[in-house]
Amino acid sequence: MDAVLNIGIGHFLTLAGIIFTIGVFGIFLNRRNVIVILMSIELMLLAVNINFIAFSAYLNDLTGQVFTMFILTVAAAEAAIGLAILVVFFRNKGSIEVDDISSLKG
Amino acid sequence: MIGFNIVPLLPELFLTLTAMGFLIVGVSQGNRSTAVLTWTACLAMVIAAILLLQISWEGQTILNGMFVLDEFSGLFKLMILIGLIISLALSVDYLKVERMARFEYPVLVMLAGVGMMLMVSAGNLLALYMALELQSLSLYVLAGIHRNSPRSAEAAIKYFVLGALSSGMLLFGISLIYGFTGSIDFEVIRNTLDHAQGSTPGITVGLAFLLAGLAFKISAVPFHMWTPDVYQGAPAPVTALFAMVPKIAAFGLMLRVLFYAFLPMSGEWMQIVYFLSAASMIVGAFAALAQDNIKRLIAYSSIGNMGYALIGVVAGTPEGAGAVILYLFIYMMMTAGVFSVILCMRRQGLMAMQVSDLAGLSRHSPMMAYAMAALMFSMSGIPPLAGFFGKFFIFLAAVEQGYIALVIIGVLSSVVSAYYYLRIVKIMFFDEPADPFDRGMTLEKRVILFISVIFVIGFILKPNPIVDSAMAAAKALLL
Repeated sequence: MDAVLNIGIGHFLTLAGIIFTIGVFGIFLNRRNVIVILMSIELMLLAVNINFIAFSAYLNDLTGQVFTMFILTVAAAEAAIGLAILVVFFRNKGSIEVDDISSLKG
Repeated sequence: MIGFNIVPLLPELFLTLTAMGFLIVGVSQGNRSTAVLTWTACLAMVIAAILLLQISWEGQTILNGMFVLDEFSGLFKLMILIGLIISLALSVDYLKVERMARFEYPVLVMLAGVGMMLMVSAGNLLALYMALELQSLSLYVLAGIHRNSPRSAEAAIKYFVLGALSSGMLLFGISLIYGFTGSIDFEVIRNTLDHAQGSTPGITVGLAFLLAGLAFKISAVPFHMWTPDVYQGAPAPVTALFAMVPKIAAFGLMLRVLFYAFLPMSGEWMQIVYFLSAASMIVGAFAALAQDNIKRLIAYSSIGNMGYALIGVVAGTPEGAGAVILYLFIYMMMTAGVFSVILCMRRQGLMAMQVSDLAGLSRHSPMMAYAMAALMFSMSGIPPLAGFFGKFFIFLAAVEQGYIALVIIGVLSSVVSAYYYLRIVKIMFFDEPADPFDRGMTLEKRVILFISVIFVIGFILKPNPIVDSAMAAAKALLL
């Protein structure tokens, strides 16, 4: 019982690894909507944040938490630009289906 | 505030402040100020380059080790500024003709430039990440700057999604490296690795993720999927920018990370880079054979060229790093010339982007055809043109370290890629002529094409200044 309740760095890393993998798969397996891709990207960044916070607590070092603040800020900027590009795409094509992003290939 | 020295940051600060000033001008004057702003941006970059040359490049480290200005980053910044000036000059006419002259264009290019200059100066992983994101976010918007074109929007969305994915992987790698070495500072990481005598699996996995993220940015196979689509969809001058500058910055970053911070782990990363290099050369050579769109062809050619440059990284010596810098510079100058021709390919007011549209160029504008032919010969690596020497130094560095197999792959794929470069020459000179292009070259394109051709042909006469400064920069990195 103790081994289950005693949460250590390994548990955090496993959690972050799982969330990160879900994010990556969300980008590649999703065939419907670009918004879902944006959410998956966010999921990946949040997994990285869990990693940083866990390491920061484990190492007793503030750098990881500072890094997390920066990632949160950049993630917000990234989401804003992603949504702006999405709006431009929607105006041109009238759709945000992933399958419609396919006129360039070869 | 004691000891707070911002002098090495002056070029970046100057460009940032100028870009902010441009935003104010743009808001009050609107889009009619675009042409003036673009030329002023070129001027600002010349001033930034002059500032850069005034500062001492003697390994100054400021901001608690976040920012390093040494001979290595100085030379890379100079190359980045030259590339940006060329790509801005190439875009002025296109923006006007396509009626997409938005004042944000020069501002975004300058901010991307600041990001790239900070990238090559990054001294820890946080500075690396922030600089990379400043560059990437500006470039995502630039890819979609033609708002009324579905292709431009599609290119932007692809670039954004895959770029964000690569940033995520890079970050995941950084978090593991931070956790297992206990620091994000390159110097501390290097000392930790030196003392640890071999790495833990955590650091190796972290480095693999970091390398995957960087491989996306330099479009090395198997992380190249975005390149052809983005090059084809983005407006032509933006494609020119993508083909010339960001890869130089990403290579600068990669060299510093691998040759400085992770040098004790060279055994591990060498295998990864070896694979990236071989795969990029092969895919770049064979996939380009089937391309009809010239921007797509350039995209595959740039994938192949990044493969050659990676050979120098595999060699892992100062000569190898110097050869990479030299190769990148020569590649940038050749690409500048090629794009000054591509941007003239316009019939009935529309861009004519098929390779076959070049047919009969030798009849209508022989000078342009001969210049393009010289560039194509140089790209395929035929002596005595500059492209040959780029490849020569790369292969030499690799052979000295005994990577014979990789060099053989390189030579063979450069033979294959000679086919599609020379096919362009054949189409220009021997095919049934198509209609002439709308109008001749504008002055700035003429100047850029002239400089590029003179560089390609004249490199053999006076190679020493460029070769020596590349080698000196590499030595400064590997001290």
